[in-house]
Amino acid sequence: MSDIVLETRGLTKRYGGVHALEDADFVLRKGEHVAVVGDNGAGKSTFVRQVTAVEQRTAGEIIFDGQPVHFAGPLDARQAGIETVFQTLALADDLDVPSNLFLGREIFKWKLGPFSWLDRKTMRDRTLEALKTTAVKIPNVDNPIRNMSGGQRQCVSIARTAAFASKLVIMDEPTAALGVQETAQVENIIRGLKDRGVPLILISHNLRQVFDLVDRIVVFRRGRIVANLRRDQTDGNDIVSYITGVKGGAENAA
Amino acid sequence: MAEASSHGLGGLKYDPAKRTRAPEWNVFFALVGIVLVFELLNRLQGGSFLFNMRDNVDAIFNQQRLDIMILQVAIIGIIALGVTQVIIIGGIDLSSGSVVGVTAMVTMSFAQTAMVNGNPNPKAIFGEWAMDLPVIVPIVIGLACGLIAGLINGLLVAYTKIPPFIATLGVMVSARGAAKWWSNGQPVSFPTESYGQLANGDLLGSVTFGLLSWDGQNPAVIFVVLAILFHVIMTYTLYGKRCYAIGSNEAAARMSGINVDRHKVLVYVIAGLLAAVAAVLLTSKNLTAQAGMGVMYELDAIAMAVIGGVSLAGGRGSIIGTVLGAAIFSVIISGFTSVKLDAYYQEMVKGAIIVGAVVLDQWRQRRSARS
Repeated sequence: MSDIVLETRGLTKRYGGVHALEDADFVLRKGEHVAVVGDNGAGKSTFVRQVTAVEQRTAGEIIFDGQPVHFAGPLDARQAGIETVFQTLALADDLDVPSNLFLGREIFKWKLGPFSWLDRKTMRDRTLEALKTTAVKIPNVDNPIRNMSGGQRQCVSIARTAAFASKLVIMDEPTAALGVQETAQVENIIRGLKDRGVPLILISHNLRQVFDLVDRIVVFRRGRIVANLRRDQTDGNDIVSYITGVKGGAENAA
Repeated sequence: MAEASSHGLGGLKYDPAKRTRAPEWNVFFALVGIVLVFELLNRLQGGSFLFNMRDNVDAIFNQQRLDIMILQVAIIGIIALGVTQVIIIGGIDLSSGSVVGVTAMVTMSFAQTAMVNGNPNPKAIFGEWAMDLPVIVPIVIGLACGLIAGLINGLLVAYTKIPPFIATLGVMVSARGAAKWWSNGQPVSFPTESYGQLANGDLLGSVTFGLLSWDGQNPAVIFVVLAILFHVIMTYTLYGKRCYAIGSNEAAARMSGINVDRHKVLVYVIAGLLAAVAAVLLTSKNLTAQAGMGVMYELDAIAMAVIGGVSLAGGRGSIIGTVLGAAIFSVIISGFTSVKLDAYYQEMVKGAIIVGAVVLDQWRQRRSARS
């Protein structure tokens, strides 16, 4: 059993004539936190969308957990153990925190098709537990999340991911819309994942954050991976050079 | 939890201790207020509204008025229970009135008795084939009509992706046409006695409630039972959770693995079934079916839901709210009659109430978005 959690070989996505992602070779090892950086349109989100099967790849191979995989959709990916926080919040505003955490994976007292009886107490207890382990502070979990601040909602979204994370967590710009305090909270959750040994792919524009959090940085430019560097062997200027194309050739740290 | 209010993160204030009062309470207070206003108006005219004023009669309530109101609430209210679920998933059902019409015609045809006063039933749809079928047959056929109509609505909405407004508008027009086509526009009458008992009978037996003797209580009893059933389903089961999730954020629901399309079909089917129940009770009550039955019921049902706080944007509202909304709706209509407001004015005011309820809903939404 190798220690590679996720590997892509020659992953390619074209939209008509647009080469959004070309020949991406990527490796993620157990417990490793990797940042994916790059300019807008560099292919970061496209890369994630192929891995999570939100879109179907044009070519290439994805090997997850030692097996080549062909997920039919994001649900398949989630069932296989890939939890994703998307740029757009996937939360239901009118539901409370436990309902959102357990949306699509409810716990039942007894099952009867669509009329299965929900075990609300267990879900509420586990929610409080999950919020505790991820250090997310939500004052009243029984309120609909509509009434919460953007940061709190993002925390719910991330807590959901973290709580159910088994094999891999992917976060696409988790702090893009957040204030300073909220960003700090999200970063704490990410550190918590690191401590628990859950591997992470973090897409971020925030280089300060990237250098604070991850082990390795992968730079995308024009749909290609142009750099793959260990955090302690590079610096901000170096990364920016790759992002902007001042430096070009592929250098591999792995 | 005083320190928790420091969670005004991102400059937004959020007070966790402040759990907002369930909006149903506001609807309830409005109901009480409206009853009192009409009672007052009636007293000023020397009459009474819901409460009996004559000392020589041993009753607290004005029986006749209450009977009419309860019947009205019950039959359209049953439709409103289904419409509520449809609106909560972010849809709308304009077809329910017409579904009542076509179901009434078909059901009554199978409920007809063979002999009327010793002669063959002059109105028999099936001519010499007419026979007294057991009462379960027209009920099952009626429910099947509702199921088919709901299935058509649901499949159109879920799989053609056309707006629910258009899909159910189409079914509304077609179903009304089918109701007229069924017997060339002729009414269908003379049901079996057991069929007539469905709505005119008394499941609870002889009941006196607040010194009110209550005959022909079945529609109300069935309404209450269905309301409790769907309240429980919407609150405690996966079905309800999915309804709110879909109405709240359909994309998120899909992402979470909910089979949104299948759930939509199920919700529209349930709405169709409830419209069929209303049709059975209505025809049983009137002992006749006409192609024009249930005209505008869809709008009354939607109005009941909206008055009861069900948001047309989806995701918010409750069965309890709709029941209270139905009561308000009925009180207002009866109230206008009791103060002898002309029927034409009543319709105009009814329209204004529906618009007013939606405006109120929008206003509530904006306020909750700001807070």
